[in-house]
Amino acid sequence: MAAPKSNFLNLILALGSVTLLSAFSLGYVYEWILEPIAIAKKEKQLRAINAVVEFDNDPIEESFEVVKGQKRHRHSKGQEPAQENGTEALVFYPAKLQQTLTGYAVKSYSDQGYSGRIEIMVGFEMDGKIREVQVLSHRETPGLGSKITAPDFLDQFKDEYPDQFDLRVTKDGGKVDGISGATISSRAVGEAIQTAYDNLKAMKNE
Amino acid sequence: MSKPAIIDQLTKGLKRENPVFVLLLGLCPVLGVTSTAINGLGMGLATTFVLIMSNVVISLIKNLIPAKVRIPSFIVVIASFVTVVDLLMAGYLPALHEQLGLFIPLIVVNCIVLGRAEAFASRNALLPSLIDGVGMGVGFTYALVLLGGIRELLGSYSLFGLKLLPGDGLLVFVLAPGAFIALGFIIGFFEWRKSLTSHHKKAA
Repeated sequence: MAAPKSNFLNLILALGSVTLLSAFSLGYVYEWILEPIAIAKKEKQLRAINAVVEFDNDPIEESFEVVKGQKRHRHSKGQEPAQENGTEALVFYPAKLQQTLTGYAVKSYSDQGYSGRIEIMVGFEMDGKIREVQVLSHRETPGLGSKITAPDFLDQFKDEYPDQFDLRVTKDGGKVDGISGATISSRAVGEAIQTAYDNLKAMKNE
Repeated sequence: MSKPAIIDQLTKGLKRENPVFVLLLGLCPVLGVTSTAINGLGMGLATTFVLIMSNVVISLIKNLIPAKVRIPSFIVVIASFVTVVDLLMAGYLPALHEQLGLFIPLIVVNCIVLGRAEAFASRNALLPSLIDGVGMGVGFTYALVLLGGIRELLGSYSLFGLKLLPGDGLLVFVLAPGAFIALGFIIGFFEWRKSLTSHHKKAA
């Protein structure tokens, strides 16, 4: 069977039906995959929270946003945080054990990374002590800045109180032992933790 | 189709017509994602899926498409399958999906996929096209895993995420220049072997 002639009607018909069929099948797959994607996203969030705090509640359900120390209700859970005058809200996940608030997991960020945004999750206890820090996403140079995700670097924040532990790198007069060759990335992580802590403190004093 | 012909179709992608090392097609994702063997494998399998599915569909609809809108129709088919892969990976392999990032949607413009559609699937029946897709996909995957394995081995002294030696490895192999260097050596090796076999034939 030879291909149809390339007259105007045939061209429109062929391309039209190909695109239409593709659109329908894509729509079908999309509907069907939405739920697995949502579950995968939620699991990823929970894993990150679990890495920095202990809890037996549903921290995502109880999460709220904080902008410049101001607590705000989250309208759409699991969605991207809202923005206000260019400052993106931090997301606070309350960690509770048997209904008692034991601390917060805070999703914070810094735009001062070597190549763009670094997102972290910090776990705080109620007295402001850092429990654990995890890097959620970054685009730092592999092999250099990417070492910010290593326990070697992140463990130095453990059990420190940001009030006493200056979160700047030693080069800037702080206490953070930066990664050699990746001062900018190390500085950005410290800054992200500082942002999280400042907001935590401001929110508590409210 | 005779049995040897099928086997030939299946294995041509490995050596004689390897898309990466011999045809030098689709090098952008090859260089971009192969920092580890796992990434190479994931990218290779995703591309294989698209190759097979688009080859099958295109060989089925080839007689319904007028020549003038052939390429746009093929691209629509390919883009649909790429989107399907992208969505499936986001749902079921979120970690790998994040690693490969932008390179998954970019399979659309991988010249191997359109190349096989145009050069093979649009001229052959369903079964040969299917086999061609499998063969090319396997060849592409093999190339990506090989390159990714070499870069991971030299760049971070590990293979498939398994640490083999202590230490940090040679940073250059994790970065883009290492991809070019490693690929250059592999292509050189393939050419060298090709020259050996052709000499043999002359001697015989």
